[in-house]
Amino acid sequence: MSAIAEMSPKNYELIAKDDDGELLEVSMGPHHPSTHGVFRMDVVLDGERIVKLKPVFGYLHRNHEKIGEGTSYLGSMPYTDRLDYFCSLTNNWAYALSVEKLAGLQVPERAEYIRVITAELTRLQNHACLMGFLVQDMGASGTPLMYAFREREKILDLFESLTGARMMCNYMRFGGCRVDLPAGWLAQAQKVVDEFPKFIDEFENLLAGNEILMARTQNIGTLSRELAINSGVTGPMLRAAGVNYDLRKVDHYGIYDRFQFRVPLGDHGDTYDRYMIRVLEMRESVKILEQALKGIPAGPIIDPKAKLRGFRPKAGEAYGRIEAPKGELGFYLISDGSPNPYRYRVRPPSFINLTILEDMCAGQLIADVVIILGSVDIVLGEVDR
Amino acid sequence: MVGEGIIKGMAETARNFLGSYVSDERLTTVQYPEERDVLPEATRQFPFLVYDGNDPMAGLRCVACQICEKECPPKCICIEKSKDKKPDYVGKPQIYPAKFDIDLSVCMSCQICVEVCPFEAIKMDTEYELSTTDRFGGLLVDKHQLAKPNSHFHQIHPTDANEVDERLAAEKAKFEAKTKADAEAKAKAAAEARAKAASSQTPPVSA
Repeated sequence: MSAIAEMSPKNYELIAKDDDGELLEVSMGPHHPSTHGVFRMDVVLDGERIVKLKPVFGYLHRNHEKIGEGTSYLGSMPYTDRLDYFCSLTNNWAYALSVEKLAGLQVPERAEYIRVITAELTRLQNHACLMGFLVQDMGASGTPLMYAFREREKILDLFESLTGARMMCNYMRFGGCRVDLPAGWLAQAQKVVDEFPKFIDEFENLLAGNEILMARTQNIGTLSRELAINSGVTGPMLRAAGVNYDLRKVDHYGIYDRFQFRVPLGDHGDTYDRYMIRVLEMRESVKILEQALKGIPAGPIIDPKAKLRGFRPKAGEAYGRIEAPKGELGFYLISDGSPNPYRYRVRPPSFINLTILEDMCAGQLIADVVIILGSVDIVLGEVDR
Repeated sequence: MVGEGIIKGMAETARNFLGSYVSDERLTTVQYPEERDVLPEATRQFPFLVYDGNDPMAGLRCVACQICEKECPPKCICIEKSKDKKPDYVGKPQIYPAKFDIDLSVCMSCQICVEVCPFEAIKMDTEYELSTTDRFGGLLVDKHQLAKPNSHFHQIHPTDANEVDERLAAEKAKFEAKTKADAEAKAKAAAEARAKAASSQTPPVSA
């Protein structure tokens, strides 16, 4: 075993093992279609089993945090869209939340409701897509992903008519939202929300009982509760391991206290649990959406104290975090009283969830690495920043 | 039974496939470019400059204040101020942009320039078919290409445009009222001064 412990992965090398046989080192990615972007894994294989796995990232590094220190507070808002480009509205919310903490702005009631509605719609489309991608990784090419994208399209249409863009929404502002809901938007959203459980049922019929899917995912990539907590994993991955931790319940941010919903928990922490937890979370999101669409009040959508130009919060620091679809998304800001932050730090959920990839993959087959990675739900825009 | 789940899934696929022959709702693909979806009113792509009247260069609302240039996160706007002045929509003489370039290959359609503009001069266009073979010059547009009439703004964002027009009309009315009041006050002051001067010229009538 000493030879294995000492070797450092290079590319495509045969490494002699102590006993008979050889280890093969394979570089998976960054252009491998299953790695969800430009992500590379240095994998050391014994036959088809994983001995060692080293995630290599940084291929999509764009200096996000350093740019954030150079631009104004408002100027960073469109850049947050590009972190996790599936969930731009939750990214906006997390950033707006931390700046609001820094500057002491109060968000009006209607804006809070709009934020909840858009965030939960984001969660719906993110989870729908993730399920599609995960099944695609298992080899069911096309059909499930296409159904997921069909539903996503309806939600993106809602985003476009509200914010003007399908993915790069740039919608939240410090102290509220940019524009009010256009006429007829709530009815349109209600229609999408009413029809969404039908899609979840359809998807469950299509796949949840599928023997091939169960054989591929059950007892694969098990993540223990202790390891999940110790390594700082958050979001659906943590809950699939059976830890009851949801920032919407724990942190009481926004107005989530007003809604009745449950936090679904997994039991085994394997890939199947991580898949099913998304299905259950979507059902809970639909419940939140129904309550929010019913309860949304009239009123202003932005704090009158908030201003766009010449925004200079007083010196101090703030950390705002929300339960993004992928886990805890936090923004840490230090202000020195100037128009741009002194320090701007992002705590991206999928980056931290990715750090335990080796522990989940050790001893598994190389074909399963692809689906374990898929079930982590990473977006490289957020991992590399 | 092993295989039950697969059969159930296949039934779902079959329902979708056969359903696409009877229900339009299941036909979700838009055959672009033969078909085009109607875009929602809020859609934004890239900025353009609004002008009033018929002459694009004379009617530009932009006064080259350079706020958008400063606030633009990717810094894709380049403005040079003019040396002389021209009258704006209310008739006040204002500086105008001698040069106003936007590099669309850098622009990320965030709309911050629109939000920070105090003169309603820059708005978002909905044109999205902008591909070009010229990588550098083709997407660098100057003020002549950017200038579009107010009627175009009305066409693409009617609600927004009406609000803006009302606001500008109110401002103009206020400005005109003020200039009128100023002129009246000036005329009155002048008349008073004249009257005073006249009265001082006439010799005092002594009893």
